[in-house]
Amino acid sequence: MKIVVCVKQVPDTWSEKKLDPSTKTLDRESVDGVMNELDEYAVEEALKIAEATSGEVTVLSMGPSQTTETIRKALSMGSDAGIHVQDDALAGSDAIATSLAIATVLEGRGADLIIFGSESTDARMSVIPAMVAERLGLPQLTFANKVEAPGDGSVKVHRLTEYGYDVVEASTPAVVSVVEKINEPRYPSFKGIMAAKKKPVEVVTISDAGIEAASVGLGAAWSEVSEAAAAPARAAGTIVTDEGDGGVKVADYLSEQKFI
Amino acid sequence: MSEILVLVDHVDGSVKKVTLELLTLARSLGEPSAVFVGGGVDGAAAALTEYGAANIYVADADDLTGYVVAPKAELLAKLVAEKSPAAVLIASTAEGKEIAGRLAIKTNSGVITDAVGISPDLVATQSIFGGSTIVQSKVTTGTPIFTVRPNSTAPEAAPAAGARSDVSVDLSPSATAAKIVDRVKEEKGARPELTEAAIVVSGGRGVGGPEGFEVIEKLADSLDAAVGASRAATDAGWYPHQFQVGQTGKTVSPQLYIANGISGAIQHRAGMQTSKTIIVVNKDPEAPIFELADFGVVGDLFNVVPQLTEEIGKRKG
Ligand SMILES: Cc1cc2nc3c(=O)[nH]c(=O)nc-3n(C[C@H](O)[C@H](O)[C@H](O)COP(=O)(O)OP(=O)(O)OC[C@H]3O[C@@H](n4cnc5c(N)ncnc54)[C@H](O)[C@@H]3O)c2cc1C
Ligand SMILES: Nc1ncnc2c1ncn2[C@@H]1O[C@H](COP(=O)(O)O)[C@@H](O)[C@H]1O
Repeated sequence: MKIVVCVKQVPDTWSEKKLDPSTKTLDRESVDGVMNELDEYAVEEALKIAEATSGEVTVLSMGPSQTTETIRKALSMGSDAGIHVQDDALAGSDAIATSLAIATVLEGRGADLIIFGSESTDARMSVIPAMVAERLGLPQLTFANKVEAPGDGSVKVHRLTEYGYDVVEASTPAVVSVVEKINEPRYPSFKGIMAAKKKPVEVVTISDAGIEAASVGLGAAWSEVSEAAAAPARAAGTIVTDEGDGGVKVADYLSEQKFI
Repeated sequence: MSEILVLVDHVDGSVKKVTLELLTLARSLGEPSAVFVGGGVDGAAAALTEYGAANIYVADADDLTGYVVAPKAELLAKLVAEKSPAAVLIASTAEGKEIAGRLAIKTNSGVITDAVGISPDLVATQSIFGGSTIVQSKVTTGTPIFTVRPNSTAPEAAPAAGARSDVSVDLSPSATAAKIVDRVKEEKGARPELTEAAIVVSGGRGVGGPEGFEVIEKLADSLDAAVGASRAATDAGWYPHQFQVGQTGKTVSPQLYIANGISGAIQHRAGMQTSKTIIVVNKDPEAPIFELADFGVVGDLFNVVPQLTEEIGKRKG
């Protein structure tokens, strides 16, 4: 089975994220980049499925030059090859343009399964997998906390819902996204890290992929941010130490605020 | 007046509160039309009409709900083409965002997710980076598509015509490619739904085990609140996963959030930071969650919480 796993490099979760005042897009220079932690589960699931079906895993990431670090990490976890979609014209792409670039690069590569994380921790839109499925006309099996892909052309997942889960079936090729409950991502081993250095990473520009510059990047966005401001800081609260009357004090506060 | 399409979020015809919020918001943008997909419209029509739906478009073919997401996007795309609405509003749930994303591609339109407000000139307000930054954004291409967070608008009744008409769509083969073969409903009990509740009472690792959640539930019930949990608690199996609050759980924005035995990891904050009032009970004065507290008690939750529950009972009479 041929599996492509899509991962994104994002600012480290604990770093303070800022918008660039001139472009009103995320300032990616000022913070350390790491693999989106929710995409580690996607890589793990891809590797597990590949191991069970003697398949191969290609990791795909779109982003600036530093994104190679994230691709290397996925390779050191065990992925076989990388595709780095990199072009200055892609900077500032919104979800529409990002999904266009990912879908276009995927076209014709014959992936049986395209696996995504459930959300990028910076954009937090959770729409790229659905958009890529839409663009490629492939079945969408998203928010899975269980995936069965035995390599016989079928795929079945448990899709988490508001009320529990749906059991969803489709045939491959298909788009899957996984939630963090699904597995425990492995750590790259020393051997894996060494091996990753020799694995092939193909760099794809927009002209290689046949994407028009006008359809991606900040200028092509179909929505724009007109204003951005720091949220008003929360006023410092009142903190008391429980001296046997902590519950009563909270109740007093709730009465004052008219909650009771 | 320009038409605003509102996708109804419902379970078998019982309309979610967020839909009434969206109808209320839609009235400030134009004339709302509710799009009802699935069975049970007889049970829903009264509420939709009362909250201002001028039209109710009903699509109850089984195909529309038997496959993942794509059929709803196809139906909405057809309605967008036919009705040329000024905007489409969808609840910002995981599925709502996916419908919006696919609809945006189908209709060549911009999409804004997780809006917490929309002005009459269709500028959306979003709270990003875990509530630290507020941005105003606008769709510049196509029919603006917005997903709006629950609890962003107070629902207000304003009865309208609620004229019902049936709509349908011929689904493409790719829309019926991911078939739902079974729906498993997990017990949700009688409490208000987590994302819609005005008050949420949450427990974390400090609750100590499944029995500890009884203390949390009693407090929640005294306030007619929903119960939430941190990932530490859901991962340990102390409380079902669909009650997890945070980045990979639900995003809640209630009037009041009470965090008990939760340290305040960034992933937890991401799901509750925009709550209006936050109360914290934690025995560690250094716990980062205190940074968000409007009122906090440094103490053992097993002393503080039962006393609070009892006190609320007394005061409510
Ligand atoms: C990819 C990813 C996604 C994640 N998504 C989420 C998410 O959606 N939601 C989420 O919540 N977390 C999420 N996490 C986990 C998050 O990082 C934290 O590990 C988690 O929130 C910690 O839960 P906690 O606060 O209950 O536990 P802890 O951090 O262990 O805190 C327990 C707190 O309880 C206090 N305490 C202990 N006993 C008592 C007592 N008797 N009385 C009062 N206080 C007491 C302690 O002082 C401590 O502050 C995610 C992590 C990752 C890596
Ligand atoms: N630039 C990117 N390159 C590769 N994959 C991406 C990129 N952006 C998002 N994704 C994938 O899409 C998923 C959802 O992201 P989002 O819709 O941005 O929340 C992520 O978990 C990734 O798997």
